[in-house]
Amino acid sequence: MEEETSGTVKKFMFVNRKAPYGTVYALEALEVVLISAAFDQDVSMVFVDDGVYELVKGQNTKATGMKNFSPAYRALEGYDIEKLYVDEESLEARGLTTENLLVPVEVLNTAQMAELMDQQDVVISF
Amino acid sequence: MKFGLMVSEGPYTHQASDTAFKFATAALEKGHQIHRIFFYHDGVNNATRLTEPPQDDRHIVNRWSKLAEEHGIDLVVCVAAALRRGIKDEILAKGFRISGLGQLVETGIQSDRLVVFGD
Repeated sequence: MEEETSGTVKKFMFVNRKAPYGTVYALEALEVVLISAAFDQDVSMVFVDDGVYELVKGQNTKATGMKNFSPAYRALEGYDIEKLYVDEESLEARGLTTENLLVPVEVLNTAQMAELMDQQDVVISF
Repeated sequence: MKFGLMVSEGPYTHQASDTAFKFATAALEKGHQIHRIFFYHDGVNNATRLTEPPQDDRHIVNRWSKLAEEHGIDLVVCVAAALRRGIKDEILAKGFRISGLGQLVETGIQSDRLVVFGD
């Protein structure tokens, strides 16, 4: 899986904004994130707006006929993707706390999130 | 400046590919480079040569092919997203190629800016 791109390490941020099953964005975003791990980049994932639902514990998609891909977020650690950030306002607006999430995350307020985004080289939003 | 573009939405339904095209044209006119355009999600539908819009409408697919030919731009369609949506080698328009998501990450690394056109 290892591919060389002249040893450049950039700060990549993947911004997840959509609920997990209503559209394909969350699933296909996850596919990009997993691939990015093979390039040894400095990867962060951000969850804002309905994107916070992607991380909610106890997802059950049986009745929808769709694949429950939420266990993959737990596997991210194994790919050295450990920087997961969640927007505080988005969580609160949906009545959620970090207790409801299936992986450890860092909760950031809007100003902190803006600062983090400002530090990135590449921001890809889904 | 060297740009990489990502197009996340299909043609005609959504403005994204029109805006991406206008951006690419404007950037090239200003003397910038477009390193690669990566088509993801429903954006892969920009790549099928089976597209036949009405005569009085813009031909989004052919427009990409022409741009790529004139400026040597690499038009890459994500293989996983493409196969999900029935886009295969045998129906690709001129100038497009199917490859992996690694090509998107690579564009992010090699370009000065990666610009995403989507919803």
